[in-house]
Amino acid sequence: MNALIRKLAEAWGPSGYEHQVRRLIQEEVADLVDDMRVDALGNLICRVGSGGKRVMVSAHMDEIGVMALFAEPQSGYLRFEPIGGLLNSSLAGNRVRFENGATGVIGVYDSFGKGRTSVPALSDFYIDVSDGNGGAVAAGSPAGFWREFETRGTRIIAKSLDDRIGCAVAIEALRKLGRQAANEVHFVFSVQEEVGLRGARTAAYGIDPHLGIALDVTATGDELRNRKMAVTLGGGAAIKVHDSGLVVPPAIVAWMEACAGENGIPVQRELLGGGTTDAAVIQSARAGVPSGCISIPCRFLHTTSETADIRDVQACIDLLHALLSAPIDLPG
Amino acid sequence: MNQDLMRQLADARGVSGQEEEAREVILAAIAGLVEDVRVDALGNVLAHKPGAAGADLPRVLVSAHMDEIGFMLRSIDGDGLLRVYPVGGVDARILPGMRVSVGPAGVPGVFMWKPIHLGREQKTVPLDNLRIDIGASDRAGAAAHVKPGDMITFPSEFTNVGEEAVRGKALDNRAGCALLVELLQGEPLPCDLLVAFTTQEEIGLRGASVVVESLQPDLAIVLESTPAHDLPDLTADADEGIAFNPATRQGAGPVLTVMDSRTIVDPRLLNWLRATAEEQGIPFQLKSSQGGGNDAGAIHVAGSGVPTAAISMPARYVHGPAALLRVSDFDHSLALLRAALNAVSPALLAHEDLSNRHHRE
Repeated sequence: MNALIRKLAEAWGPSGYEHQVRRLIQEEVADLVDDMRVDALGNLICRVGSGGKRVMVSAHMDEIGVMALFAEPQSGYLRFEPIGGLLNSSLAGNRVRFENGATGVIGVYDSFGKGRTSVPALSDFYIDVSDGNGGAVAAGSPAGFWREFETRGTRIIAKSLDDRIGCAVAIEALRKLGRQAANEVHFVFSVQEEVGLRGARTAAYGIDPHLGIALDVTATGDELRNRKMAVTLGGGAAIKVHDSGLVVPPAIVAWMEACAGENGIPVQRELLGGGTTDAAVIQSARAGVPSGCISIPCRFLHTTSETADIRDVQACIDLLHALLSAPIDLPG
Repeated sequence: MNQDLMRQLADARGVSGQEEEAREVILAAIAGLVEDVRVDALGNVLAHKPGAAGADLPRVLVSAHMDEIGFMLRSIDGDGLLRVYPVGGVDARILPGMRVSVGPAGVPGVFMWKPIHLGREQKTVPLDNLRIDIGASDRAGAAAHVKPGDMITFPSEFTNVGEEAVRGKALDNRAGCALLVELLQGEPLPCDLLVAFTTQEEIGLRGASVVVESLQPDLAIVLESTPAHDLPDLTADADEGIAFNPATRQGAGPVLTVMDSRTIVDPRLLNWLRATAEEQGIPFQLKSSQGGGNDAGAIHVAGSGVPTAAISMPARYVHGPAALLRVSDFDHSLALLRAALNAVSPALLAHEDLSNRHHRE
């Protein structure tokens, strides 16, 4: 599974430009699904099983990144706009990668003066894309961040685990299902989550599901002096109760917890203060869709070293598989 | 650019939610050019211009918002002065001394300010503290002419500035409306053209958010006006190279949105517009900005999703009484829009990477 996670996490796909990730996933799931299609906004929608409830499972393909704005006329340094929620504190010295594979390095004003100890404004950063031979990056070129995947014991460290790890959970659950689902399940690999949950919104309208389940990373409460929350890395699959865009119906939380208990899957409850995911827009599609989330605990979110634990990932796969394998008896 | 049409559109008064006058001008201008004209529940003007020939033509929505920013009368003070709410993004710095028209009858007024004889403070007065003077001496005197809820607009003073530019209020986005009307005046295109003149864009893309449900387009193009970023920055060092963002300049052709706060334009559509402009030798520029958005933001996420692009005309001083627009930017935008629609085909929306052996809806 590490090989799959590596392939997905290292793939290139800032919001709105997810086609390379989509192609990888299409190849990966081709023999695991009954049919698949790409919708108007680029969501990959894979169906498996029939009968029972119509379930939408969503993991987003896009990653945060930058959009090339213009090159400074004298120096050639690239100015950029953010794609998604960048952390200013983790930009300087980081690398970005454009669609053609070319990379750039992010610099900051006064890096050994004020820039050394304070967190600069986004407009204080620029990107060096020089190749020594006058090569340039065109305005309007998007880039993702770039860093290699690595492991440390059971830890997985990579850029874009948000949310390629969710994509991996979906793919591995599909593999485990072997095209045998007790429900009509639509696995959505969604676009443009990081810029406002845009893809899942239209996918949910198109699918018109009875039930939504998002797969995404969540923060952990075990980083130093960070926002307090109950989730710990290695503590099992996180069953979302609440975040800033979604209150999970208690019946869904109870259903997930009971299923985990029956199957001996380690789980923990997630209440996330700042942030939300695809389920927040699935719930308000059409006349409303009861929705929950299985979250993968992850440290250092939106940096190039997002850190997850493979045991949590396995728990998420097992839980999703168990939930979809049995008939679903939920109100509504 | 048909300047008579542009004048009528710019002179029409219509802040967000009270677009009646602009809508009347548009309905008159498109009469006979389109079929199925209707005004929907939110006041959007919807219409259909069938394609030149053939079945299964792509259904292309082209939209422009017809509302303008302005004010709404909030209350009348005891001394006969009017307090206002902003409608859309207004800039309080430019208001003191500004002439305005109040209510359906266009009662003349002026934003009060303290003449220089009485004080030399340079501070911007917040909009909440500004009042409009219509010459009344008390509440009853004012109430005889205006009432709470009345729309308030900048004075209309549309004019051409030499042969290269026009100046007027509300060019954001009556210029887009004019572009759309002139498109409809042209020959039929190889697509079913679905038309929407939308309401309430300036207060949150509200009109546009419902048009997809009615028109069910395959793809969409939003016509807009966008601020030109070519003003010198008097605070920057001349040699620093950041005096302006060169991405959106007056006279440099239509602005194609790559990304804004509400939309990342589908790369298939962006490439289509770029390739068309390059083939036709039409100048264009690209815009990425986290500030601002337009109707594309509502249209592309409506229903099960609509790939959407935006073509904007760069204009200076938008959201003020005297926006400046180059005629060449209008003409190049129209040429690009026509050429692109002439080149539209279902293949535009094919996902190259979709394996054929799988079912497609």
